[in-house]
Amino acid sequence: MALLDVRDVTMKFGELVANDRVSFTVESGAIVGLIGPNGAGKTTLFNCITGFLKPTNGSIHFDGANVTGLTTYQIARLGAVRTFQVVRPLKEMTVFDNVLVGAFLKTSDNREAFARAAECIRLCSLEPLQEKPAGELSIGGKKRLELARALATRPRLLMLDEVMAGLTSTEVKASVEVILRLRESGITLMIVEHVMEGIMPIADKIVVLDGGVKIAEDTPGRIANDERVIEAYLGAKYAQRYKQRKEGEALG
Amino acid sequence: MADPILKVDDLYTGYDGIPVVFGVSLEVMPGELVAIVGANGAGKTTIMRTISGLAHPLKGQILFDGTDISRLAAHQTLKLGISYVPEGRRIFAKLSVEKNLALGSYTENSKVEIHRRIEELLEIFPVLRARAKQVGETLSGGEQQQLAIARGLMSRPKLLMLDEMSLGLMPSMVEKMMETITAVNRAGTTILLVEQMVQEALEIAHRGYVIQTGKIVQSGAGSELLDSEEIRKAYMGM
Repeated sequence: MALLDVRDVTMKFGELVANDRVSFTVESGAIVGLIGPNGAGKTTLFNCITGFLKPTNGSIHFDGANVTGLTTYQIARLGAVRTFQVVRPLKEMTVFDNVLVGAFLKTSDNREAFARAAECIRLCSLEPLQEKPAGELSIGGKKRLELARALATRPRLLMLDEVMAGLTSTEVKASVEVILRLRESGITLMIVEHVMEGIMPIADKIVVLDGGVKIAEDTPGRIANDERVIEAYLGAKYAQRYKQRKEGEALG
Repeated sequence: MADPILKVDDLYTGYDGIPVVFGVSLEVMPGELVAIVGANGAGKTTIMRTISGLAHPLKGQILFDGTDISRLAAHQTLKLGISYVPEGRRIFAKLSVEKNLALGSYTENSKVEIHRRIEELLEIFPVLRARAKQVGETLSGGEQQQLAIARGLMSRPKLLMLDEMSLGLMPSMVEKMMETITAVNRAGTTILLVEQMVQEALEIAHRGYVIQTGKIVQSGAGSELLDSEEIRKAYMGM
């Protein structure tokens, strides 16, 4: 059964339709990538799923329960937790204490929370930085902290909003490793990402939005060669040329 | 062979000290039309902003006409002959087309000369002549884009940099826009442009650079790039 089931979600801002009847599923244990050109409606959809926005129409089901219209903290308690594109650490607090805050969502037992925080620090390769004030971390470090803090809440579904944006190639590789490690530990992941070289190789499935509409939902291999996706990313004229060349190759 | 008018060497640049462009090197020869293509977030606009002086390199060097401009501010690079037309047009909505144009000749003091240049550009952009007295916001998207380019030409730049001219335009307008850009280049202005629309840009460019996550992954003649598999890979990540 799908852990997350998005059904016909439409989100309007006045006359602007940011999401138009979008449906897709995230299977338990999978890594699902949500991609699309700028303005495709990725973040809006993400905000609908995580309770920051209430969709105009349609419904969102998490683990079989309808969560449409629940608040962010109610959804987080059920086990669907997100990170933010613009990182929001508690700057004056140490890295460890930031993660500890997350751990207290699910437990009020100090010992348990400390143990959970330590585990998440390790999973996100933050040990050497754990005593530093969070405000002093590099962007790569802050993004990993964002991840560790969400992870501390023991999510079943972790939703990542552009955790690889602005990272060097080395840092992208490091985050990819962390993400794979999280999946190993049994967490399902839905990832909104611009950095294609980061998401495409590790996703089980990719959902593509363009102009608020879902234009494709398939394996990365198929998505990378999908005509509509190529059109959305590289322009209609290039897609045409690409198609002709492929057909030429098939004939030749 | 002549010296390049623009030479970017091992450029690292970004925002708030965070690099998004890693070791980019590129050259533009006098008279050339060069395109930088790549997906959203690849670093194209950041490169343009750094060349024009709106941002500064974290590392590396930018030479314009033999002068190191790495540390210069935007008004100084403009004086040297670089004109940057940013993404999103940024025209003055409440000012007439003529006044918008006049503001582009910020480096020129002679009113007679400014007037002459406006006349010259209205010749090249007949759409704007019909709208010369209208305020900017009453123009269509395509007309506004033409105005932005014309304004960029008012300083008589040696290098015109165009950022995402196709953004928000209908396909037929994009075609027209590309024709205009070609005409401006043929009339003698060197152009560096960035575009997401690969085919449109590389069709008119002499040469192109493909950028992926802040690095140049391929360069060559426009047609050569269009037929390579690398360009799709750069956008799609695999």
